[in-house]
Amino acid sequence: MRRYVIKRLAQAVGVLWAAYTVSFLVLDYLPGDPVTAMASAGMDSGQVDPKQIAALRHEYGFDKPVLVQYAEYLGRAVRGDFGDSVSTGRPVTSTLADALPQTLQLTSAALLLAVVLGGGLAVLATYTAQRWLRHLLLSLPPLGVSVPTFWVGLLLVETFSFRLHWFPAFGNDGLRGLVLPALTLAVPTGAQIAQVLAKSLLTALDQAYVETARAKGAGRWRVHLRHALRNASLPALTVVGLLVGQLIAGSVVVETVFSRDGLGRVTAAAVTAQDIPLVQGVVVFGALIFVTTNLVIDLVYPLLDPRIVVASGRRATLA
Amino acid sequence: MTALPDVRTSRWAALTALVTTSVLLTACGSGGGDSGSGSGQPKSGGTLTFAVGSDAGCVDPQQVASNETIYSVRQIVDSLTDQDPKTGKIVPWLAKSWDISSDATTFTFHLRSGVTFSDGSKLSAQVVKDNFDAVPKLGALGTLAEGYLSGVKSTTVVDPLTIKVTFSQPNTQFLQATSTHSLGIESSASVKKTPQQKCSDGVIGSGPFVLKQYVQNQSITLAKRTGYAWGSSRWSRKGEAYLDKLVFKVVPEAGVRAGSLQSSQVDAISSVGKANEAALKGGQVNLQRRANPGVVFGLGLNNSRPALKDARVRQAILFAVDRQQIADTVFPTGTQPATSVLAHTTPDYADLASGLTFDAAKAKSLLDSAGWKTGSDGIRTKGGKKLSLTVKWFPNASTNQPALELIQQQLKAVGVDVVLKQLQVTQFAPTLQSGDFDAVWGNVTRADPDILRSSFSTKLANFYHLPASSLDTALSEQAATVDAAKRRQLVTQAQQSLVQNAYYLPVVELQTQLGVSKKVHDLNFDASSRLQLHDTWIG
Repeated sequence: MRRYVIKRLAQAVGVLWAAYTVSFLVLDYLPGDPVTAMASAGMDSGQVDPKQIAALRHEYGFDKPVLVQYAEYLGRAVRGDFGDSVSTGRPVTSTLADALPQTLQLTSAALLLAVVLGGGLAVLATYTAQRWLRHLLLSLPPLGVSVPTFWVGLLLVETFSFRLHWFPAFGNDGLRGLVLPALTLAVPTGAQIAQVLAKSLLTALDQAYVETARAKGAGRWRVHLRHALRNASLPALTVVGLLVGQLIAGSVVVETVFSRDGLGRVTAAAVTAQDIPLVQGVVVFGALIFVTTNLVIDLVYPLLDPRIVVASGRRATLA
Repeated sequence: MTALPDVRTSRWAALTALVTTSVLLTACGSGGGDSGSGSGQPKSGGTLTFAVGSDAGCVDPQQVASNETIYSVRQIVDSLTDQDPKTGKIVPWLAKSWDISSDATTFTFHLRSGVTFSDGSKLSAQVVKDNFDAVPKLGALGTLAEGYLSGVKSTTVVDPLTIKVTFSQPNTQFLQATSTHSLGIESSASVKKTPQQKCSDGVIGSGPFVLKQYVQNQSITLAKRTGYAWGSSRWSRKGEAYLDKLVFKVVPEAGVRAGSLQSSQVDAISSVGKANEAALKGGQVNLQRRANPGVVFGLGLNNSRPALKDARVRQAILFAVDRQQIADTVFPTGTQPATSVLAHTTPDYADLASGLTFDAAKAKSLLDSAGWKTGSDGIRTKGGKKLSLTVKWFPNASTNQPALELIQQQLKAVGVDVVLKQLQVTQFAPTLQSGDFDAVWGNVTRADPDILRSSFSTKLANFYHLPASSLDTALSEQAATVDAAKRRQLVTQAQQSLVQNAYYLPVVELQTQLGVSKKVHDLNFDASSRLQLHDTWIG
């Protein structure tokens, strides 16, 4: 167990380093740099002297060779210092720390909604004996996955904010402001959970142990929830791990549509401004969350299914 | 056991999609209601909530170049002068009067007394000098402000309320520049800060509003400056502003901005595009429009390219473009086709519409006479080379792509092939500097005709590679002319020369369009088509 965790931690560090390096290379490959971004910000406002651009580039150290820049950034990043944002001058870590609670609030509310709604839908769809109802319910997840998030967001805003005045259309104010964005983000996420869970529930219900349970006289709900769901939830749990990454990515769109403060908005602004230190901070941070979630989920598997044993070095499934 | 019913799933999905779509459509169809009440008596108090589309990441008026942020930070600072949007005339603000030397190199401003900044410090000639000495050091961080002061030789404190600014060359535009937000006067304490600090913490000004809070990408909150008594001479209200508070919310999605205004969650919104006009019509909303002064939207031609060196080719392109069609199909209602290189709201604009007509036959005959013969694919060739232009453009406005695609079709009709190449906004400055383009799409906002000199004089950057000509003389002379009538004549000459020689292809004017609730009164455009909110009231 201990060796397993250590190995996974080492892998996590590798993932973080790779994320950092790839994002650095991509940003470096993009035409221009943060300084030309600044100089072009007022496209509508005349021209900039190349000499001034050079001076600014020197001030920020963007005139150094790429490898030197990379080494400098990485050296500081290892010590937890991601430098200052080029566009605002604020330390990257405090910018992220300020934005984090908002996004955490949004994504956890969305994840909760997604699990409850998606899970509920899958259970209901596979439980119902009505063919037409099952078909209707099972048609919802593919729809939820295929409609674009921003469209769902605009639809919800249009209906519940502009028309019914139930919720505000933008901002971070309180629980009321959280409902629509969380719901928007929960739609594609919940739909994927529902898809996977419904499929594996249907498979599980076909298994011999379900027949046995039924033969022993267990009620339909008991068979469904206690026997089938427990086994069927493993693939869904794996999906949830991956969805955490999607939720963070989705927050870029949702926070923009709903004008919420948070990591998504910070990311969008940083990428537009080619704010290298800030983008790097976001990437490493996102990777950190992703890696941690998946590690936790891997460690949760044995609790759900005693047949899964975290063996020394690798996970072995006993038949 | 059943498998997943794939076929029927998709049918259900289609039905569900249909149902939800109709919800959206009915939702969009809302609106209507009676029109707003009459203006009545102005009253004090209240909060104006204004939704803008973006945040420049900076709240220092001397550095900000984006309209969406200028709207708010403009209110924090006062300027030495103000500009009348109707006449373009410069009128007193912090300076009660000024003298300009006959060669337009020395500007002496006589400041008004009793002006204080919101930190209690007093306005003096020394503070103005500190500002003008600091601005050139902003460099690329404050290109607007820095450009206005380029060529400054010295700033001298003549007495506590008199400041003299001397330039090494004639610089008539400086007077108008002192009316802009970019040369808004900040307190000595603010001037001492680094540009980055001023960006994130904001600045202390003497303006009618004070910065209370700035949350990046989220909001800018301003409060009324109590005791304010030195407003511009052209404002209708003397003394403090009517409104207690201004809240600028950053709402990037245009549809959400429009809906928020319609459902009264905000009082005004910026950047209303054609797509959102219909939703806002007929409700409790006025659409306010004004063309931005300066160089109109158009194609900046690279006049050194072999094909474009020939004036007949450039003129043909000028005649091949149907400006009215572009203005009507792509841009917000009320957008005017270009009738000069300058927009009609620019001081000393000259109406040259007769030289900017749409005449495809004339375009074709000009190309014929220049030796470009139509090939089998409809594109003209000469000496085995195709008449093809690569237009580089930047996604800084949603209208750019549709406008350019229309131009592409219109030019194709006369046998000119246009290749559109989209670049990142960050590539704008490097592209101009490298000269690696046949044409670039853009515009420049400036409420002074001197913008023609910075854009087209061969003695400056000359990004469009114009040949030296009498145009240079007209541009240099207008910069050295204090006499208004004489300057107007020179600026007219320059515009005529630009259009006749087709050095630049003017297409449409940029129009600023705001959506404003009918309960908001006197939300006025300034001469640069930005906002003045001192006179604004809610009732």
